[in-house]
Amino acid sequence: MHKMSKKKLWKKIAQSWQLYLLLLVPIVWLVTFEYVPMAGLQIAFKDFSNKGGIWGSPWVGLEKFKKFFSDRQFSRLMINTLRISIYSMAVGFIVPIIMALSLNILKDGVFKKTVQTLTYIPHFLSVVVLVGMVMQLFNPVAGLYGTIYQLITGTRPSDIMGIPEAFPHLYVWSGIWQNAGWGSIIYVAALANSDQQLHEAAQIDGATRLQRVWHIDIPTILPTAVIMLIMDAGKVMSVGFEKVFLFQNDLNISYSEVLSTYVYKKSFAATIPDFSFSTAAGMFNSVINLILITIVNQISRKVSETSLW
Amino acid sequence: MQKSKKVRSSSSDRVFYGIIVVFLTLVSLCVLYPIIYVVSCSFSTPRSVLSGDVILFPTEFSLAGYQGVFKYKNVWIGFRNSIFYTVVGTVLNVIATIMTAYPLSRGDLPGRSVITKIFSFTMIFGGGMIPGYLLLKNLHMLNTVWSQFIPGLIVVYHVIIMRTFFQSSIPGELLEASKIDGCSDINYLTKVVLPLSKSIIAVITLYRIVGHWNAYFNAFMYLSNRDLYPLQVFLREILIASQVDADLLTTGENAPPIGLEHVVKYSLIVVATVPMLVIYPFVQKHFVKGVMVGAIKG
Repeated sequence: MHKMSKKKLWKKIAQSWQLYLLLLVPIVWLVTFEYVPMAGLQIAFKDFSNKGGIWGSPWVGLEKFKKFFSDRQFSRLMINTLRISIYSMAVGFIVPIIMALSLNILKDGVFKKTVQTLTYIPHFLSVVVLVGMVMQLFNPVAGLYGTIYQLITGTRPSDIMGIPEAFPHLYVWSGIWQNAGWGSIIYVAALANSDQQLHEAAQIDGATRLQRVWHIDIPTILPTAVIMLIMDAGKVMSVGFEKVFLFQNDLNISYSEVLSTYVYKKSFAATIPDFSFSTAAGMFNSVINLILITIVNQISRKVSETSLW
Repeated sequence: MQKSKKVRSSSSDRVFYGIIVVFLTLVSLCVLYPIIYVVSCSFSTPRSVLSGDVILFPTEFSLAGYQGVFKYKNVWIGFRNSIFYTVVGTVLNVIATIMTAYPLSRGDLPGRSVITKIFSFTMIFGGGMIPGYLLLKNLHMLNTVWSQFIPGLIVVYHVIIMRTFFQSSIPGELLEASKIDGCSDINYLTKVVLPLSKSIIAVITLYRIVGHWNAYFNAFMYLSNRDLYPLQVFLREILIASQVDADLLTTGENAPPIGLEHVVKYSLIVVATVPMLVIYPFVQKHFVKGVMVGAIKG
């Protein structure tokens, strides 16, 4: 940078002091509550003790990671985490798109508005209420499932919440119930902006509505879908702690113990808490996410010219 | 124009349209039915819920569940705390979001793209559960109301939505004109930009209200003093851990009817959700708008 522009730059910075003043608190917050915890990740390479704290505990290199990889639970945790995340991602990606394509076929009117209004409602329930609802509805004695089961077979069913194999389905489909309608909004918006002349031209050429879905509507939402997919790729390893934790019980633990719940337990529910071990496991998790989102983003940029950054 | 709209739909198109209508009707019923069932059970007698009489609407109307809910001291404490966290938390969030989004929307701010990147990076990487907990411990924020406001002060995604709005909806000429008038940046923000941005401020405010009301994780991690618990933490105890309070079952002179705890749970689900559903019809439009503004840029 040569002299003149440097001088100009400083002048510009001085003139903008009020904007920097506005940013002061947000930046202090960001450093304290986002970047300081990142620095705190160093305890994954240390043997953390309350006395030593984050900075004073002794370094142990990769010992905690080795302990995590050789943990008896490791492979089960990985399988459970990937099962739930890939299952929910696949279904959670497809269903909102189908919803949006269907809604787009309807003409604007009361019916369309009603479907949209109804399917958005569950999005406003808290995760605690959602899990509480699932548990009540599937209660064999006082729930919908028990009632219907009894109507058909005449007997009360066994408790679904206690069947490990049922856990992934309950987790994924309760999520679909809650968020599919809401997730369709972004695609409905993209479709509303699509080129109507294409539709008219295709109609004149005799294309059926289904053909127009394939050849016009789907290409229209493709860039949005790719962005959503990239963002999903960044979450493959991080199955949301809250919902799994709430769903978890002693009976379904063989399917419901995932990385994040294990991290929690090793630090807050263990007789000898190992913060370093938990941090190493959590860090392994976030680093893989970071790598995945970067790779998928790069591939997408090359292939479809759509990317997050 | 008129002619092309009148292109006749073929019979196969009409069948297809019919299938779509049936499909969306089924989807809507699947979403609606569990909600109706929960509400119906909440207004039923324990007997009718346990015997499976309730299929769609209450067969024996009763307010026993709601009486049970409001006898719970914890529900009242939880409501009080949740309202407090929601109101104060939302105000702080919105102010902080504006303070971040506005400077970052100014194309002429030196260092803007670097600062934006520093913020955005936290969307894809973070310290995680344990370092976050240790930080709050070191700051002596555990078991204080601050733990419910400060760690989630800024949601970067909301900053991006608001910044996008400022960039796309506030005409640049306004800034130039006010600069000529000698208006300072902060004055320009408060006198010109914010009055023009009511809709996006409404969107973020509503996002945060729902977010705070439904929040559970920070309270669960950082609070152990029961007097500070928000409603969601008590809900977890009652709905999921099934820790039904003793005073519910002992207050009456007679033993409570069998199955009362189930009806109380159904009623509690309704009571905890009603505040969000009451505002929902008023805010739906704004929420949808937020999703769309956010969609413009990542």
